[in-house]
Amino acid sequence: MTFRKYLVLAGITVFATVGDSLLARGMKNLGNVNVSLHNLSALLLAILNPWVTAGILLLLAFFACYMSALSWADLTYVLPATSLYYVLVALIARFSFHEEISPTRWLGIALITAGVGFVAAGPSVTPGHERRKSWDDSPDAVSQEVEL
Amino acid sequence: MKDIYAWAAIGLIVLTSTTGDVLLSHSMKRVGDVGELWKRRGVLAVLGRVLRTPTFALGLMAMGIAFYSLLFGLSWGNLSLVVPASASLTFVANAVAARIFLHERVGRRRWIAALLVAGGVVLMAV
Repeated sequence: MTFRKYLVLAGITVFATVGDSLLARGMKNLGNVNVSLHNLSALLLAILNPWVTAGILLLLAFFACYMSALSWADLTYVLPATSLYYVLVALIARFSFHEEISPTRWLGIALITAGVGFVAAGPSVTPGHERRKSWDDSPDAVSQEVEL
Repeated sequence: MKDIYAWAAIGLIVLTSTTGDVLLSHSMKRVGDVGELWKRRGVLAVLGRVLRTPTFALGLMAMGIAFYSLLFGLSWGNLSLVVPASASLTFVANAVAARIFLHERVGRRRWIAALLVAGGVVLMAV
């Protein structure tokens, strides 16, 4: 694990949190519009809302970081390592929407943080599983991977 | 009766999002380290390689179904039941599926992490 890779994991967490918050903010700005198939114009207008546009762009950045992380780390490493997302969403709810955080919620935050520390301290890939060298274009490499 | 619908939706969300995560992870494992590929061949090579991997499109489809199941689940059940129940069960289901289908070594450390996070997500909703 290099510094750049930890940055990508941090990017997954931050982009998902901020993207979701911007989407929520934008949809609240729209007011009580029923977004459904019968109201396609409202759905299209929602995308024009600057908050929603920014949210979608950040969620695209999240997806790019997520795919990048999955290209060099195990799924069972990436998912717990980026679960600080749930903590950040709760903190944003606390500080920008002024919602109360109950003791049980703080306990939940502590458990998630402990889980992140647990997985992050361990290995990020399963040893002995040779990944395909990404710059190797030979088709044999692909078919060998499928056999595995 | 509504509870049964909500739990059916939760089951569908867990199934489809686990399928999606496993397929996406499988496709990116086949692509290899995209950072290295970007440095050597440029961003277009990365996009081309990812889009040509068949499990990538299947994974995206599964994620789309998971998203719509979530929308249906939210119309049948409470936000405070559907979101944490499906999120925490997905963490556990992913650990099992990654071990079986991706042959990842899910050791004690990763099991504890998955269970801690799953439990924490449930507590956040109480």
